[in-house]
Amino acid sequence: MILTVASGKGGTGKTTVTVNLAAIAADKGIQVFDCDVEEPNSHIFLKPENITSREIGTMVPVVDKDRCSLCGECEKICQFSAIALIAGRIMTFPDMCHSCQGCVMVCPEDAIISGSRVLGTLKTGTTPGGVDLTWGELRIGEAMSPPLIKQVKKRIDPLKLSIVDAPPGTSCPAIETLRDSDLALLVSEPTPFGLNDLALTVEVLKKLNVPMGIVINRADTEDTQTGLLDEYAHREGIDIMQRFPFSREAAMICSRGEMLVDKMPEMKALFQELYGKIALKLDTIKNREDRP
Amino acid sequence: MKVAISSNGKTLDSELDPRFGRANYFLIVDTDTMEIKEVKENIQNINLPQGAGIQAGKTVADCGVEAVITGNCGPKAFNVLQAAGIKVVTGVQGSIRQAVEKFKQDALQFSNGPNVQGHWA
Amino acid sequence: MKELTIISGKGGTGKTSVTASLATLAPSRVVIDADVDAANLFLTLPHEVLETIPFEGGHKARIDQSLCIQCGECVDRCCFDAVTKSPGQKSPGQDAQDFVEEYLIDPVSCEGCKVCVHFCPADAITFERQICGEKYISKTDNGPMIHARLGIAEENSGLLVSQLREQARKMAKDHDIPLIITDGPPGIGCPVIASVSNADAVLIVTEPTHSGIHDMVRVKKLADQMNAAVYLCVNKADLNPDMTLNIKKFCSENAIQFAGEIPFDRDVIESMKMGQSLVQFSRGPAALAVEKVWQNVSEYMKKTMNRLL
Repeated sequence: MILTVASGKGGTGKTTVTVNLAAIAADKGIQVFDCDVEEPNSHIFLKPENITSREIGTMVPVVDKDRCSLCGECEKICQFSAIALIAGRIMTFPDMCHSCQGCVMVCPEDAIISGSRVLGTLKTGTTPGGVDLTWGELRIGEAMSPPLIKQVKKRIDPLKLSIVDAPPGTSCPAIETLRDSDLALLVSEPTPFGLNDLALTVEVLKKLNVPMGIVINRADTEDTQTGLLDEYAHREGIDIMQRFPFSREAAMICSRGEMLVDKMPEMKALFQELYGKIALKLDTIKNREDRP
Repeated sequence: MKVAISSNGKTLDSELDPRFGRANYFLIVDTDTMEIKEVKENIQNINLPQGAGIQAGKTVADCGVEAVITGNCGPKAFNVLQAAGIKVVTGVQGSIRQAVEKFKQDALQFSNGPNVQGHWA
Repeated sequence: MKELTIISGKGGTGKTSVTASLATLAPSRVVIDADVDAANLFLTLPHEVLETIPFEGGHKARIDQSLCIQCGECVDRCCFDAVTKSPGQKSPGQDAQDFVEEYLIDPVSCEGCKVCVHFCPADAITFERQICGEKYISKTDNGPMIHARLGIAEENSGLLVSQLREQARKMAKDHDIPLIITDGPPGIGCPVIASVSNADAVLIVTEPTHSGIHDMVRVKKLADQMNAAVYLCVNKADLNPDMTLNIKKFCSENAIQFAGEIPFDRDVIESMKMGQSLVQFSRGPAALAVEKVWQNVSEYMKKTMNRLL
């Protein structure tokens, strides 16, 4: 089953929640997938060993000039200006290409061969505690992250429990990550920005039909904003699954790339409690799916 | 010589459009007679999600011009123009008439490369 | 006219709070919120929306069920797994054997490549440009604010950012405004590239954490690829003073102009709750530090050449 940790707003604590939950569930054969390929950070905390790394590419057209009859069919189908007939020759613009294969399919001379543009690297490793981590690292200058996210997600073993760290935002990269999740855990903070972006993410998840729960980070019970978050969650009928209090000590620990569950017993207890609730929720979802 | 100039309007007194890919029009001018040979609308490229520079480069290449006079030319448009054997002058401002006059007096220099980056990748 | 884009790599380092304060301190500017899929600037800058413009994004394919002959060609051709076969509408009293399945294109997965449209033997697939959100032109005390709202689960955020910047440049030119400040999105992907492309300078807002530094290094490389001058400030600098020192060292070794450090201050959140920028709301330590950042940045900007004509 797939649990995706998401937020809309950046910096609310997605990665912190992901890695600490993974540490709690290490003995359950859990796998972690960091889909924030533009800025992956889970590996900083999980410190995986035996790292493997491979380059991931995407198809781009290469024209065999000997076979090309300059008919221009490839240019006509390409919606992205990645291939064009200019002054009696075919030019390609690999960084514009969306890898739809349209040009390959329409070419009457079979003159288009599949080349490759590097999207980034796919890395794997295992933590000393036995958690498998897979993450992507987008090549700097590459605009399209969803194809690399797809490659990271391809490594998910559906029989195991997977925790996926999502990128911030609500557009293509976040959607690519969130789709097909069994449960989304929304990490929010009690600020106007946090509430605004939480609501946007909830709308996306409704559209994708993904069940969700909320975690409030840096919660402050005296605070009116935490109250507003509570009110919102209640109105939308979404469970608040845990509240992590604001703590300068916790912020210090995270800044050093260390795990809260290792350093703060009170935080560890909160993560254990959260993991228990998640496991229950996933069980309910699984039973619902298994029913004929 | 036939040149293409990115333009805000359709006459020699129109202002040069600093954008190449998303210019409103291209005026195809015969520099010897100062005559406008053709007015190419570029509206279909202005609204393109991507690749406006490439398409604009194609448009002017199909007009058989020898040079392009414009404000800003990105890397992809520059590649297209270079492939078509068209010389590019960037960084020009003022009216179309002034631009052509300066070009005729050899007061403008051809560019060796793009002078701006693409609008988005 | 000069363009400054605020980026961070890592999300939540305080880009928007810093942008709102710089936009308050700059005497005359256009400010853009380029974080179009999680826009927040409008929450912290008092403004009045003057104009709303629909945003046309890319094209999407849609199957006309009355023309579809159920051949499945589109399923085989689509590289994005956007076409699925699913149970169609069953009318009451209809027999099970007459019950037809429908081919449907998931608009969220559709890349807009037109391949299915081209190969459909029944010409049953339409291809139309989509309205994917709204652009806004707003008025604030010291100049226009250009912002947007991307529709739920819509794409083309890079295109939208380009259009916002185009609009801002036009307004700056028409009203003789010397500066455009852009609040960029997190990450290094498409909308970030669209935010940084052709900017004169970027201001990186980072935080003294391992993650912050890791992401700052990547975003600095992107800025270098785009030939922008790079300035940097450290937010919540007192959270981990050793790391703040490391960041300063990184700046001096990598030709980054250091623009200042901002201490952790609850006034940042308080100002947000009041719907005001920090410098408008507070005279506390963070507000004073941001004023210093603004002085440094405007000083550095004077020395940065205009890149665009």
